[in-house]
Amino acid sequence: MREFDLAVIGGGPAGMAAAVAAKKKGLDNIIIFERDAQLGGILNQCIHNGFGLHTFKEELTGPEYAERYADMVRELGIPYETGTMVLNISDDRTVTIMSRERGVEGISAKSVVLAMGCRERPRGALGIAGYRPQGIYTAGTAQRLINIDGVLPGKECVILGSGDIGLIMARRMTLEGAHVAAVFELMPYSNGLNRNIVQCLDDFGIPLLLSHTIIDIKGKENLEGVVVAEVKDGKPIAGTEEYYPCDTLLLSCGLIPENELSRACGVDINPLTNGAVVDDRLQTSIPGVFACGNVLHVHDLVDYVSAEAAKAGESAAEFVRSGQTSGDGTTINLIPKNGVRYTVPNKFSADFPDNELHIRFRVTGIYKNSAIVLKCGGNEIFRKKTMIMIPSEMQDIAVKKDVLAQAREDVEIMIEGEAQ
Amino acid sequence: MVDVTIIGAGVIGCAVARELTKYRLSVCVVEKETDVCEGTSKANSGIVHAGFDCKPGTLKSKMNVKGCAMVRELSKTLDFAYRNNEALVLCFDPAQLDGLRELYDRGTANGVEGLELLTPDQVRNIEPALNDVAGALLAKTSGIVCPFEMTIAFAENAYDNGADFRFDTTVTGISKSGSFYRIETDKGSFESRFVVNAAGVYADVIHNMVCEDKIKITPRRGEYCLLDTEAGNTVKRTIFQLPTKMGKGVLVTPTVHGNLLVGPSAENIDDKEDTATTASGLASVRDRAGLSVSGIPFGKTITTFSGLRAVGDTDDFIITMSAENFIDAAGIESPGLTSAPAIGEYIAGMIAEKAGAERNDAFNGTRKGVVHFVALSREEQNELIKRDPAYGSIVCRCATVTEGEIRDAISRSLGARTLDGVKRRTGAGMGRCQAGFCSPKTMALIAEKYGIPLESVRKN
Repeated sequence: MREFDLAVIGGGPAGMAAAVAAKKKGLDNIIIFERDAQLGGILNQCIHNGFGLHTFKEELTGPEYAERYADMVRELGIPYETGTMVLNISDDRTVTIMSRERGVEGISAKSVVLAMGCRERPRGALGIAGYRPQGIYTAGTAQRLINIDGVLPGKECVILGSGDIGLIMARRMTLEGAHVAAVFELMPYSNGLNRNIVQCLDDFGIPLLLSHTIIDIKGKENLEGVVVAEVKDGKPIAGTEEYYPCDTLLLSCGLIPENELSRACGVDINPLTNGAVVDDRLQTSIPGVFACGNVLHVHDLVDYVSAEAAKAGESAAEFVRSGQTSGDGTTINLIPKNGVRYTVPNKFSADFPDNELHIRFRVTGIYKNSAIVLKCGGNEIFRKKTMIMIPSEMQDIAVKKDVLAQAREDVEIMIEGEAQ
Repeated sequence: MVDVTIIGAGVIGCAVARELTKYRLSVCVVEKETDVCEGTSKANSGIVHAGFDCKPGTLKSKMNVKGCAMVRELSKTLDFAYRNNEALVLCFDPAQLDGLRELYDRGTANGVEGLELLTPDQVRNIEPALNDVAGALLAKTSGIVCPFEMTIAFAENAYDNGADFRFDTTVTGISKSGSFYRIETDKGSFESRFVVNAAGVYADVIHNMVCEDKIKITPRRGEYCLLDTEAGNTVKRTIFQLPTKMGKGVLVTPTVHGNLLVGPSAENIDDKEDTATTASGLASVRDRAGLSVSGIPFGKTITTFSGLRAVGDTDDFIITMSAENFIDAAGIESPGLTSAPAIGEYIAGMIAEKAGAERNDAFNGTRKGVVHFVALSREEQNELIKRDPAYGSIVCRCATVTEGEIRDAISRSLGARTLDGVKRRTGAGMGRCQAGFCSPKTMALIAEKYGIPLESVRKN
């Protein structure tokens, strides 16, 4: 059985950044397993720009961003195997992989970084009534068809859901000659980044209809149209129905971390994120198994993925070096309260090794002129004023070690202010 | 000129075709859709009913009980997924326990073996997730099957034994011309000595082209929720409620693919093509299933669909020679899937006798299905990959379907030509991401095989 210090599951932005960071921390015997034919993951089909403003201080396309990391992987001499699917990870970190060349093979790893990314919520999970014709795609599938395969899914398009891929695809479809009639969003606010609403919808005159959803799909063989209604409290309002003829419906209704392997391995999953429960080292409930990127929680910017993944890679290297599964200090839980949907990490060791702890989370509504507050035992230990926070943007606060070192019990994190 | 033309390549048409190839008869199956199993056969509960709720003496009861045993055997020789998971009929009201008793007696009269009346405690012991019941009927011969695989298996085996299949061909008229029928289609006309009407919800249209006494088939729409494999172990058995006039009611069952299936609703409609789901229909399914099992995790629904049962006006299957050499297989509603092989045998026997046909000694009743890579042992998997590296590449990650399986599904007898065709033959795209990931790859394999541009590859 082949043996590695670190097996990274997934060669997308998270996996590559984790491997690079582990290598820089001195770990040598690393392997990246990637199911696709090349490194890069979903970035390879994201040919639009806007990547890398934080990491590289320049504006790159998805493939360019991926290439920067792929170059680092190659320059550092980190081995990777593409066309390789991971079938199983056991709790003793035996990883079962499969490829055309090697068949099915078990390998042994001293540490594992989970970096499998996420997938899109399909139509069936949305429960939209109507027919199941040709012409309905998740936005990411349509993105792949256009950008990789060179196939335009249709000419007359509507989009349900205002997640970033949906917004990006509204522009992409338009640029490729299709007509995008509208983007419908169930919620009263968009789930995409503001810059994408401006650059992908406003600039092209594509209306964004908030508090609207599709209630019926017409056309038995081929999509013929959708019935859209205004929504109040999650329910369609009778009398507001409007018919949109179309041959293509793109869905951008949420991303789900792809944790099949993690679950089978026995990793505890946080129902709020559908990602692993992790500590300050991004270690899961199984010692030596770490998680980062969209398999941990869905990010808005790849730059944050890279930063988070680097932490996971460093933690894996440290784990292999010291064999330590946790710090010596007490474990403190981070409890999301008013306005905070979840946090990553879920807990930390009071003597965590860094100078500061990054707490990443999303808010549950739109908050203007509010504050992020941490409390412990009823006492406020941290406060940060914020101009605006919206659910589509991931929040990332760095809290100094000396602040958290005071904590002797669970720390609550909340938003002070009224959601709009 | 062919000996027998079968109209409709659903499970009944394909079962009849397969049985007919046991005789020295030329057989042609005409289907308006692109593939087999495109109508009622593709959207039903996939239950192999034991046969306790058909009225004794009816064709339904005979075909059901016989079919139940035949499906079990055929799943081995024709290599399709079947599981003898047993069934429970639940009774919640002590005042209705007579209804259970009646089912038990009816089943016994129909010759159903393995029926048992259970106490609430016994029910709780074997199915702890169920709500409290007053009693239940256990049917040990009940099973579940993959309706696509079964239909495809019948069709492939019929094809391999010489039956001809004409897809994308709609029958527009049938006229008697001397001792044979002239069958008009949108792709030209041809002659046939015998005609079998297995046209599902269109069986009345076909029947009424030929026969004086008209029949009416009412599409009865049933809507379903299919849940993720994570919910697949909610119950082990197929869970029914005491039947009503509109059918067997809403059931909760595992599927052979490990999902949980909940449904169907029952609504008589006019449009024979209306397989749309409705918000109200799906809500009623969720509500009524809640009577049997509270806390079904509907948040794990991966898809919803609806199918049309072909309901006749006689309360029984209409399987008879309605005109000279014209045989109806009409009104094949539930338990039609279970009954299919028995109906096939019955109709083929009828025709062979009338035609004086001899047995076909060359008939080979065995068929090997698409291999299910994920179910093989590590050694078998590596053997397969060594022989054909395409099995070393996963195309559908949710159901762990390899490129090798998809290539096989496309290139075998009556191979898949659409994404749905591949899905029904391999399970690719049937999982939780509902083909979001594998569609472009599967499309590329279909395009390569048929030499067509990628954009011409259809879902259905």
